[in-house]
Formats: sequence, structure tokens, C-alpha cells
Amino acid sequence: MTSSASALASVLAAEGSGGDDGFQAPTVEEFYPEPIAEFDIFGIAFEITRITLIMWIATAVMIALMVAAVRKPSIVPGKMQFIGESGYSLIRDGMARDVIGPKGLPFAPFLSALFFFILANNAMSIIPFAQISPMSKFAFPLVLAVIVWIIYNWVGIREQGAGRYFKDAAIPPGVPIGALILVTPIELLQVFVIRPFTLAVRLFANMFAGHMLLAVFSLGTVYLLTVGNFSIIWSPFAFLMALAMTFFELLVIVLQAYVFTVLTATYLNGAVEPAH
Amino acid sequence: MIDVLAELEGNIGAVGYGLAAIGPGIGVGIVWAAYIQATARQPESAGLTRTYAFLGAALSEALALIGLVAPFIYG
Repeated sequence: MTSSASALASVLAAEGSGGDDGFQAPTVEEFYPEPIAEFDIFGIAFEITRITLIMWIATAVMIALMVAAVRKPSIVPGKMQFIGESGYSLIRDGMARDVIGPKGLPFAPFLSALFFFILANNAMSIIPFAQISPMSKFAFPLVLAVIVWIIYNWVGIREQGAGRYFKDAAIPPGVPIGALILVTPIELLQVFVIRPFTLAVRLFANMFAGHMLLAVFSLGTVYLLTVGNFSIIWSPFAFLMALAMTFFELLVIVLQAYVFTVLTATYLNGAVEPAH
Repeated sequence: MIDVLAELEGNIGAVGYGLAAIGPGIGVGIVWAAYIQATARQPESAGLTRTYAFLGAALSEALALIGLVAPFIYG
């Protein structure tokens, strides 16, 4: 019994580790492409990679679309103007006005810039020839989260005053004295550390996992086609799965851009309105 | 000497993330279930409670996200 079990285990281990001719699963190396250009500015090394280029292109395309939408504004909007205006009003009415409240309208341009920037960059994960989202490199969502963090703290201090803002963050009103031992550390940690951290990691993890998922099924399709013998009949299933995952990725792209923006609006709401 | 019956290869972080995702999975499920229920009972409150639903989901999801990065930090 014991010997047969260990024999089975060693066979499974040998299968699992695979040889050179086995299926090569995609690795994290995917996210570190060869730099196209390298240069130094004041001793800081810069590397322009494929992913940087993709971000520039995505941003340029988004700016071009937005400029095209408002180039010739008319009372009866054309196609481009209609798309641009409904996109902007989705953010202005659905987030700036409904989530933050009457004080939220000044934040509408910031929120919509954030939303469309993330949307354009996320979309690059399923657009042919790019097929990797800049947001699957942790640095990009991290910078966005830091910007959001600075803005909502700055707005909170400006609107409520530093003392009031930090006091409300540490001691939420209406909490019984005894519970403060638990509530104060959690609240402080949540507002100043966990919020920006999760904002960045949520976007990064979704785009990273999405890319890996697509890579696994796409490589699997090719591997099953080329490995020979009967495996070829499973190849279409892997391809169908890759196709289905592409549509799932489309959902994730829009959802994560929306979630990032709606959470930014929620945090701004907490900064603008004093807690009651 | 202990007989090795079965051997696991690969990164234990994958198992760790699986464990870390259980709680937040249940938590996020409860948050959205409550939001849907509230909206079904009182459709006009949907806009009002959406903010709280996102806040609650984000807070419980934080644990899963910490679980995701922990293997990279300690690995």
C-alpha cells in the first residue's frame, strides 16, 4: 500500500515537473519585455518598453477620441459628440453628483479623466498586437492610487480642516468609548494605508490574472495542436475557452475601471462631507 | 525516518491565497446579496445604498488582496 502510493506520487511528481518537451506555462517574464530604448536623466535610469509604448498609444487614442467628440459641438449632437457626451454624463451624473453629492460636480472632470484613462489602458489587454494592459504592471495602478490618495486627503483637510479631518478619521462619531480600542486602529489603517493599497492592487491583480488566463489558454491551444497524437481533438476546446475568457476579460476591463472610479468618488465623498 | 506518502511541488503561496480568498469570498457575497435584497424591497434606495455596498465590498475584498501579495512579500 505504502510503496504503491509513493510510486504513484513519484510518477505524478515527474509528470508535474515536466521535461523540456512538456507544456511551457506562461511565467511572470511576460511582464518584463526587452526595453526598446534606454537612457539616463540625472542618474535615473529609464527604460522604454513595449508596455510603456502601449500606454502612450492608448492614452493618445483616448485623447484623440475625446477631442474628436467635442471638436464641433452642436445643439443636435453628431455620432461622436453623442458618444463623448453620454460617456462624460455617465461619470458626472452617476458618480460625481449621485455619490459625492452637490459638492461633487467640480470633481467630475477628474473622475472622468481617471475612468477613461483606466478604460483605455485596460482595453489594451484584449486588443490584438498589444494584448497586454499597462495596468498589469504594478507601477501604473500604484501611481494612480497615490494620486487619488493625495487628492482625497488634501480635499478632506481643505474642506473640514486638518484637526477635524484627522479626528473624524481616528474617532468616528457615534462609536461607544469602549469600542474605540478596536475601531480607532482599524479606521486609521483603513483610511491611510488600506484604501490606496487595495485601490492599486485590485486593478493590478485583475489585469495581471486576466492576462495570465488568456496566455494559458492561447498557449494551450497551440501546444495541443502541435504535440501530436490524439491531443489535437482537445485543441478547439482550449481555443473556445480562450475566446470565452476574452469576453470575460471585456467585462473585467469595464468593471474595474468603473470600480476604481466609483471608489475614488466614495473616498472623496467621505472627505467632502463631514461624517455625521 | 518518515515515509513520504505524497509530495507537493510548487509554491505554497498558491495554497495560501486559496485559504485567504475563502473569507473575503463569503464577505463580498453577503455584501452584494444584501444590496440586491435592499434594492428588490425598495428600488428607489438603490442609488443611496450603492455607495455603502461598494465600500463594504472594497473593505472585505482588502483581505483577499493582502493574501494575494503576502506570498510575494514573504516568498
